[in-house]
Amino acid sequence: MDFQFTEEQERFRKEIQQFLDGELAAGNFKPQCDAWIEIYDPEFTKRLAQRGWIGLTLPREYGGQGLGPLDRLVLTEELLRYGAPCGAHWFTDRQVGPCLLAYGTEEQKSEYLPKICKAEVSFALGLSEPEAGSDLASVKTQAQLDGDHYIVNGQKVWTSAAHHQSHLYLLARTDPDAPKHKGISEFIVDLKSPGVTVRPILDPTGGEHFNEVFLDNVRVPATNLVGIENNGWKQITSQLDYERSGMERLMGNYPLFDALRKYVHRNTDRGKALSIDPVARYKIAELEASFEVGRMLIYRVAWMLDRGILPNYESAMAKLYATEFQQRLTDTVIAMLGSYGDLTSESKYAPLGGMAVSAYLFSPGLTLMAGTSEILRTVIAQRGLGLPSK
Amino acid sequence: MDFALSEEQKMLQGMARDFLQKECPKSLVREVQKDPSGHPRELWRKMAELGWQGLVVPERYGGTGGSFLDLMVLIEEMGGACLPGPFFCTTVLGALTLTGAGTEEQKRELLPLIARGEAIITMALVEVSDRWDAEGIQCNAQVKGDTYVINGTKLFVPYAHIADQLIVAARTSVSDVPESGITLFLVNRKTEGITITVLNSINADKQCEVQFHDVEISSDRMVGQSGGGWPVIQRTLERATVAKCVEMVGGAQQVLDMTIQYAKERMQFGRPIGSFQAIQHRCADMAIDVDGSRFIAYLAAWKLSEEMPCPREVSIAKSWVSEAYRRVTKAGHQVHGGIGFTLDHDMHLYFRNAKAFASAFGNANWHLNKIVNDDTSTDVI
Ligand SMILES: Cc1cc2nc3c(=O)[nH]c(=O)nc-3n(C[C@H](O)[C@H](O)[C@H](O)COP(=O)(O)OP(=O)(O)OC[C@H]3O[C@@H](n4cnc5c(N)ncnc54)[C@H](O)[C@@H]3O)c2cc1C
Repeated sequence: MDFQFTEEQERFRKEIQQFLDGELAAGNFKPQCDAWIEIYDPEFTKRLAQRGWIGLTLPREYGGQGLGPLDRLVLTEELLRYGAPCGAHWFTDRQVGPCLLAYGTEEQKSEYLPKICKAEVSFALGLSEPEAGSDLASVKTQAQLDGDHYIVNGQKVWTSAAHHQSHLYLLARTDPDAPKHKGISEFIVDLKSPGVTVRPILDPTGGEHFNEVFLDNVRVPATNLVGIENNGWKQITSQLDYERSGMERLMGNYPLFDALRKYVHRNTDRGKALSIDPVARYKIAELEASFEVGRMLIYRVAWMLDRGILPNYESAMAKLYATEFQQRLTDTVIAMLGSYGDLTSESKYAPLGGMAVSAYLFSPGLTLMAGTSEILRTVIAQRGLGLPSK
Repeated sequence: MDFALSEEQKMLQGMARDFLQKECPKSLVREVQKDPSGHPRELWRKMAELGWQGLVVPERYGGTGGSFLDLMVLIEEMGGACLPGPFFCTTVLGALTLTGAGTEEQKRELLPLIARGEAIITMALVEVSDRWDAEGIQCNAQVKGDTYVINGTKLFVPYAHIADQLIVAARTSVSDVPESGITLFLVNRKTEGITITVLNSINADKQCEVQFHDVEISSDRMVGQSGGGWPVIQRTLERATVAKCVEMVGGAQQVLDMTIQYAKERMQFGRPIGSFQAIQHRCADMAIDVDGSRFIAYLAAWKLSEEMPCPREVSIAKSWVSEAYRRVTKAGHQVHGGIGFTLDHDMHLYFRNAKAFASAFGNANWHLNKIVNDDTSTDVI
């Protein structure tokens, strides 16, 4: 056993911190909760790409750094700790790169991976549909082969950041007659293709976060099929392990956690009262302990991936635990702040930089996206513990 | 980063599991629980043959010089088997303390005996206040010529009634700083003036009240420096706290395994109860508690094994695992239905241990309080 990062990884962490301190000093961003998904800042993303910090785990021949999942963990941990704006590249870096590497053709790899690393392309994830949420395998969007193109028709929904990104990573049905898990394929779709309409949906914070994406006779080159036709379900399940197990599940609202502790420990304003309130003290300590447990559950998955061990239930467990932690955090902060917890960032009386309200409003989404808590508990029970489905 | 045990540790684990399955059946646990000595002597002897009591005793004192982490591998299995008896206090409270702070004479006298399974050692620390810090130590030891005279009462002392030696914490001087003026003594249980009463408690482990009435101890029985006892105690307490967490991990894992097994077999409404989502989701939560406990406990254990300072990790582990183990045993009871709610079923053995272990070396609230008190940083990473 060994629970520490290597010296190189620690040096890398310092380097990232220095970069982010510089960015903060230059006023390039303001630390915010959920900034990995909510805040779109292509300039910031470009600067990361210039340092080679997008596609870190991709092989060097494709423009990546050839580093491992644990190195990426260090990077994401720091980006999240600083509340840095990563909405322009997070999904692309997290899962589209690794998916293409695993299943893409040589042409796809040489075309897209270097562009991913340079932040010249970015992907939204076109999985969910109005009638296919948790039951993702029942997607209806159709892709029919017509010569050297697929003709795509259907609708996606909750597609995060599709209104900003260049491409859609699409899950569509290629064999309507096969059993539902066996007729799905994955595609790369250029969002500027004729027939694509992207319509933003406002999330409860008022943010333009996700979208409806309508696909009307969209012609997608057959060379954009990722992996094997009708093998999409198998491909997507392993991708979900990347999607679910990242540090963002635990640290998305870390800036709020950090601000809370500073507020209490610095003994100013109302923080002083909280610092001696036994209930508040108890709750903060509980959050601290729970946070560390979450860290271990996420580190474990990164370690498994690093070792080439395929996660089974472990990613589901990390995501489930960590997002429920984040909700407990926002619940606790809101409760501690009393009436001040009602105040949005515009108010001059809002404590903690006004982060509490928006983090609180966003928090219900955390346990929905990328597999709801119910679905994840079922995955743990059936896949992990071997309990019968019937 | 490496979440796995080493190959040797895996072997030790497998061996311990097989051995305890065979030699420590629940029937034995029940027998020992009823036995006033609380000591499975035959099993103790067999464990000594395997070298378990001497695992962390250095080789030159007759042990095998294993690491703290190696010991954790054993203790996790013991938690799974609900092993009762003085193993924990003899190795963690006794052997580790003496190895770290004993005089050469004391080590030569006691460590080989421990390694051979011929000595039972415990530590008499906590008093009526149930405080696990320096302030809790109020027993006093006054100089009288070449000796010290100890007076006071210790509580919750594990297996004092069968221990050969007690490591006793007492105040040799009074000051405003609670951490100073504490001294440790090696005291033979049979010394005049000692009265030991076994406290009736929730599980098979024997906890005792130990009264000291003008107990005279020669000054060469001091462990460590006069007045320098607290750092020694702290070191032992950190290790004991984490070892208890690891013992809980073993128990929790066992409860989860039993529960999954039962959920697959028990039929109601024409299907296994494990196919009901309400049961599945409860089991998933148990699994989170087990895995979470495991890694947070081993994180601290690894740090201690590597001699890294980690009071925060120790308290985080104890506060979290104490609650998690109780949650797991509660859920285990629920999934087992009525059959688990009998004296004949094993579930209550774990339910009992979870409660007793939760309070050992400071309960969740105690450690949560330590976390905020010590928390001067604003960033955990
Ligand atoms: C902020 C946010 C961002 C998102 N971003 C994306 C994105 O970028 N791309 C994308 O494709 N999708 C995205 N999603 C969609 C997300 O993946 C779905 O919301 C999720 O899979 C749940 O599907 P649903 O909303 O249709 O809910 P439903 O599946 O209808 O679920 C409703 C409720 O029923 C429960 N339920 C459903 N089935 C079961 C079952 N078998 N057992 C027990 N309970 C069940 C669910 O747990 C939930 O509580 C995003 C969602 C959110 C909230």
